[in-house]
Amino acid sequence: MLCTGARLMGAPLLSVRHLSTEFRTERGTVKAVDDVSFDLAAGETLAIVGESGSGKSVTAMSILRLIPDPPGRIVAGEVVFDGRDLLKLEDHEIRAIRGNRIAMIFQEPMSSLNPSLTIGLQIAEPINLHRKTPWAAAMNMAADLLARVRLPDAKSRLKSYPHQFSGGMRQRAMIAMALACQPQLIIADEPTTALDVTVQAQILALLKEVTRAANSALILITHDLGVVARYADRVCVMYGGRIIETGPAREIYARPRHPYTIGLMASVPRLDQATGTRLVPIDGQPPNLANLPPGCAFAPRCRNAVDRCRVERPALVKSGPEHLSACHFHDQLSA
Amino acid sequence: MTSSAPDAILSELVLEVSDLKVHFPVMAGAVMRKQVGSVKAVDGVSFNVRRGETLGLVGESGCGKSTTGLAVLKMLDITSGQVVFEGEDISGYDRARMRPIRRRMQMVYQDPFGSLNPRMKVAAIVGEPLEVHGMAADRAVYRARVASLLDMVGLLPDMADRYPHEFSGGQRQRIGIARALALEPSLIICDEPVSALDVSIQAQVVNLFQELQERLGLTYIFIAHDLAVVRHISHRIAVMYLGRIVEIASRVDLYARPLHPYTVALLAAIPIPDPEIEATRPQQIIAGEVPSAMRPPPGCRFHTRCPKAMEVCKSVDPPMRTFDDGRAVACHLHGA
Repeated sequence: MLCTGARLMGAPLLSVRHLSTEFRTERGTVKAVDDVSFDLAAGETLAIVGESGSGKSVTAMSILRLIPDPPGRIVAGEVVFDGRDLLKLEDHEIRAIRGNRIAMIFQEPMSSLNPSLTIGLQIAEPINLHRKTPWAAAMNMAADLLARVRLPDAKSRLKSYPHQFSGGMRQRAMIAMALACQPQLIIADEPTTALDVTVQAQILALLKEVTRAANSALILITHDLGVVARYADRVCVMYGGRIIETGPAREIYARPRHPYTIGLMASVPRLDQATGTRLVPIDGQPPNLANLPPGCAFAPRCRNAVDRCRVERPALVKSGPEHLSACHFHDQLSA
Repeated sequence: MTSSAPDAILSELVLEVSDLKVHFPVMAGAVMRKQVGSVKAVDGVSFNVRRGETLGLVGESGCGKSTTGLAVLKMLDITSGQVVFEGEDISGYDRARMRPIRRRMQMVYQDPFGSLNPRMKVAAIVGEPLEVHGMAADRAVYRARVASLLDMVGLLPDMADRYPHEFSGGQRQRIGIARALALEPSLIICDEPVSALDVSIQAQVVNLFQELQERLGLTYIFIAHDLAVVRHISHRIAVMYLGRIVEIASRVDLYARPLHPYTVALLAAIPIPDPEIEATRPQQIIAGEVPSAMRPPPGCRFHTRCPKAMEVCKSVDPPMRTFDDGRAVACHLHGA
């Protein structure tokens, strides 16, 4: 059993255990998510960080059972949310949770909004559906929600269609929709990647503010180490379908205990760094999930790798009070 | 590791752009087509680039940074203004007269998937500029040149006979860079060359750009929306907003002493990957989004979002003021 530190509030809101999701492709079975476990407390912000193909989005989709089958399939694990294993629920039961107690915000708001329905209708729909609120009252609530995400002229915007909105406004509408049923958990998958820099900052600040006000937990999926540093309480770093390091954000940045995390931090330029310094890239390419090495997935790119790393897959073990690392040499690393 | 590149470059000018404008007509009507307006994608931009220097162009979508790059290469018709390249005014040059110039000005694109012909082998892609410009007559010399280009960007000799789909995004960008280097250009315009790449691969390509600059004395215009990457690679940075340059500063001044409120806002919007620093950093997030380039606001184009806007900003367009140390800003707060 994996332990992410003592929780004063008792059982976590979400407890993911040994989650594995596979995709069957022409080139064989791909383990997109492999034995992933983590906990999330009420009101907490957890960032899942990784590069493309690391399994961060598939992890999020698996929690809500949004993996298209075929080709995908959740092959093992538990996703215990508020005491119930979501993976064991009937279809109608999981539908009663999606958009109601767990809401999701996607990267591209244009493709997750229905282009032929007004914004107001789309925000009021989950309220009407899950809470059985009459339409007129649900529309009033939708107007309040749009005002809460600081969309100008909220009331008159109810009748707008998605194409009449800018990218930032659409993402505000998506957040309003996510908040509609006061979810205990919001999962945001790269919610600002498609937006301009100043709008990104607005949307993330808004997301953080509204989740804090509602005491909702937030899973923020991102590739941006800056976003993680600004908004996350805790971090899971994923590589090759597995969590390779996890812990409180400050701890991970101050004392990274996995060569991949250390490498990632050295390879990103920072605004505050002295000029004339060189980045230290990670050599090689991200792993091919259809053909993972038997040992540590990062071993082919790791400067510290020894023979043991190439044959024996490191387990995620304790490296500090609330810090876990999947490196054989986690206690001998220095950033 | 510290690179030998100095913060300030004082060599001769490779490129001088003055009051460049690129306006796109907006047409309406199916039968009686007429112009109903114009998108002022680039609207009075002036800057210069010295040999061996990297000038960063940074800004949000619609600021005109990519259009500026294409206009300098004359891949778009310029509406007015002057582009002087290596002392030659190329503003009025047609396609035929641009052909010899293009040997000395090359481009590296954002999309390493769309910019390489999938049916050509890597050797043919990298060597194509040599063929086009009649520099492939001696096949032995040609093959040796292609091999040395691949080596220069860190690709192995046996990769020459493979097709683009066999390569990762980072490797494809290396192929694009090798192709840009083939004709030994004096200026390379890089349009978002690392934004499609994964974080760990970005650093490899950024370092390659810097190494090549030191070895070959290359001059770059580096266009990107990521201010942290732009600041890292550039000696000077021009910040653009709605078709205008609002500030030009050295990479040191840009972060330490930004003058234009938009530069301040852009810096504040970018988180620093360190939770300790972020916890104490003032969060000055500006409201609103970039207005349409078809109807830019009167006066200063940034006044609708500017936290420091004054009455004068709503009506008077602030001129660009250049200081003795070479930095420049277009803002009434820093007027004469």
